[in-house]
Amino acid sequence: MNCAARKRARSRIRNRIFAVCVAVFAIAFAPIALRAQADCLACHGDASMTDSAGHSIAVDGQKFSSSIHGSLQCTSCHADIKDYPHPEKIAPVDCKTCHADQASSVSGSVHANASDHPCTSCHGVAHYIFPKDDPRSNVYPLNVPKTCGTCHGSPDLAKKHGLPNVYPLYMDSIHGFALSKEGLLVAANCQSCHGSHNILSHTNPQSPTYKSNVPKTCGTCHAKIEADYEQGVHGKAVAGGNLNAPVCSDCHTAHAILQPTESAFRMQSTPICGNCHKDKFSTYRDTFHSQLGSLGGYVETARCWDCHGAHDVRPASDPASPINQANLVSTCGRCHAGANASFVKYQPHANARDRKLSPALYYIRLFMNLLLAGVLIFFMIHTILWVIRSRYSQVKSRAGNGGKNA
Amino acid sequence: MPELETANTTTESAVNGRYFVRFTRQQRYMHAALFTSFLGLAATGLVMRFSDSFWARKFAAGVGGFGAILFLHKLCAIVLTIAFLIHVKEVFQRGLLRREKGIFWGSTSMVANWKDVKDLFGHMRWFLGLGPKPQFERYAYWEKFDYWAVFWGMIIIGFSGYAMWFAPFFAHFLPGWALNAVLIIHSEEGLLAILFIFAIHFVNTHLRPDSFPMDMVIFTGVESEEEFKHKRPLEYKRMISEGKAESRLGVAPPLWLLNFSKAVGAIAIFIGLTLLVLTLTAYFH
Repeated sequence: MNCAARKRARSRIRNRIFAVCVAVFAIAFAPIALRAQADCLACHGDASMTDSAGHSIAVDGQKFSSSIHGSLQCTSCHADIKDYPHPEKIAPVDCKTCHADQASSVSGSVHANASDHPCTSCHGVAHYIFPKDDPRSNVYPLNVPKTCGTCHGSPDLAKKHGLPNVYPLYMDSIHGFALSKEGLLVAANCQSCHGSHNILSHTNPQSPTYKSNVPKTCGTCHAKIEADYEQGVHGKAVAGGNLNAPVCSDCHTAHAILQPTESAFRMQSTPICGNCHKDKFSTYRDTFHSQLGSLGGYVETARCWDCHGAHDVRPASDPASPINQANLVSTCGRCHAGANASFVKYQPHANARDRKLSPALYYIRLFMNLLLAGVLIFFMIHTILWVIRSRYSQVKSRAGNGGKNA
Repeated sequence: MPELETANTTTESAVNGRYFVRFTRQQRYMHAALFTSFLGLAATGLVMRFSDSFWARKFAAGVGGFGAILFLHKLCAIVLTIAFLIHVKEVFQRGLLRREKGIFWGSTSMVANWKDVKDLFGHMRWFLGLGPKPQFERYAYWEKFDYWAVFWGMIIIGFSGYAMWFAPFFAHFLPGWALNAVLIIHSEEGLLAILFIFAIHFVNTHLRPDSFPMDMVIFTGVESEEEFKHKRPLEYKRMISEGKAESRLGVAPPLWLLNFSKAVGAIAIFIGLTLLVLTLTAYFH
C-alpha cells in the first residue's frame, strides 16, 4: 500500500467511528467503495476516452457496478496500478488470480491457447460480466449457442481447424428450436454436452463427447432412453468396448438432431442403419416398405426401428424383442390392422436372388424375368424386321399410290 | 352433332371417300378407359418400382408425395378393374347367353387359331423377303397377342395388386411367402406390360410405316376403304362376299374428332415414350 492509500485507510477508520451512530452500518461502506471506483471513473467514465492506439478504454460505471464484479475495486484486477497518474502500459488482467480452478480447466482443454481464447471470448467484455443465470450474460443458457457460434458458426474457423460449421446445424435441430423458439432453459445447449471450461476433443476418452461416453452424456437428460439403450445390443456392444456399434449421435447426429417422427428424420435414418447392416438394407430396399417409403411425403411405411425397436434393439431370439416370433402379430398389427399368424410369415428381408434362402421367390423371379426377356426379345426382333420390311415395300411402290399404305 | 358428322371435312386420302365401321363406340371407349388408366398406373407404378431413381422422387414430390402416388395408382386400378369386368360381362353375355357367333371361334374371334400360327411364320418369311405377305383377318396374330397379354396381365397384376392392397385379408388364404411373391410378380409383370405397350404395341399398331404416326381407327371407329382393304384384305373380302358392306358403311370422321384423337394419341404416345426412356435409364443405371 502506498502513502495515499494508507491515509485513506486511516480516514476510513475514523469514518467508521462516526458511523457507529448511524443505524445502517453497510450504508457507510457504499460511498467509500464507490469513491475508489469513482477515482478511476473520473477519467475512464468519459465514454470517448481512448488509449494512444485509439482503442476505447472507457468504462460505464453504472453497468460495471451492476456486473458480477461490481463490488470489486478497479485495482483488484488492475493490480499493477498503484497511484495516479499510472503508466500508459499496464499489465493484462489475469483472471486466474481469483478463478484458478477454471483457468486450469481451460489450460487442459481444446481452448488452451490463451491468446486465441481469452476468458472474455466467452464471458464477454471484461467490465460487464454477469452471472450465468442473468439473461445479460453471454453464458446464460439461451445465449450460449450464439456465444460459441461466434467462432463455431464461421466457415473460416471450420476451414482453419478442420472443424465442421456446427452452429447452423444446431440452430435447426430439435435442441436449437427448443432453446431459440421456446426459450427452454433445460434444452441442451453447447455446454450441456461439451462442458464449459474443460472442453476436450471427442477423440479424448475423458471427453463427454467421446464415443463410449455419449450415451451417458445424452442420458443426463434422456435418462429413460439411456436405460433402454443399455439393454439393447448396441448399448451392450459399446459397453463391451466395441466402438463400431452405434451410440446416440450415430443415428441422431450430434448437432443436427431432428424430431424422430419428422419426415426428414424418417427419410435419412434408414441408410444410417444400412451403413453397418448392408445386407439387411439391400434386402429391405427390395420390399414394398422401402420402395414406397423412399419417395417421401408419406412417412408411415416401416423403417428399421419401427419393427426392431429404436433404442433397445434386441435379437429376434429375445422374448422382449418386437420381432420375436411371439410378438410379430402385435408388431406388424401396429400398421396392418388385422394382421394374423399367416400374415406375419411375410419376410421383410426376403432375398429373391438367393436360391437357398428363399427358393420359391427365387424361381418366381426367375420365371418372371425369363417371361419378360423372352417376350420382349422376340417382339423386338419381330417389330424391327417388320418396320424395315414395311418401309422397304412402301418406298418400292411409292410411284404406285403415293406410298401411304403400300 | 349430326351437322358435324355429315360435313366431309377430312383430308385423308380415300379413293372413293368410303369409310367402314371397324370399332363400335363402346369398344373405342373401352380402349380409352384402358389406355388412360394404364398410363396412370404405369406413371405411378414406375415411380414406386424405381423409387430410388432421380426422377421418381421429383415426380412424387410434384404430385404430393407417395401418399398421392399410391392413391392415384389405386384409383386407376379400380377404373381398370371396372373396365375389365365390363368386358368380361360383355363377352359372357354375347358369347354364352346370346350365343352370338364369332366370339369364341371363327374369323372374328380373339381366340388364336391355326391361321394365326401360319400368319406368324408367313409374316416373318415376308420380313426376310422369303414369301408373300399374309392376308389378315379382323384380328391379326399380334393383336390377339396384345389382347391376351392384357387379359393375362390384368388377372396376374390385378390379383397380386389386390393381394398387396388387402394383405391382411389375403393372408387368410395365402401362405406367408406369397405376400413376398406378389410384389415380385406385380412389379415384373407390370414392367413387362409397360415395356411391351410402350416399345412394341406403339410401334406395331401406330408407329410402323403403314400407320405412322398413328392408327386412327381405334379413336374414330372408322377406316377408309383403301386402308381397310390394304390392312385387312380377308375381312374386307368377307364383308363384300357376305353383302354386309352397306350395313358397315360409316361416315368420314369429322375434323374435330380427327384432331382430338390425334392430340390424345400424341399425348399418350409422348407419355409412354417418356416413361419408356425413364424406365430404361433406371433399369440399366
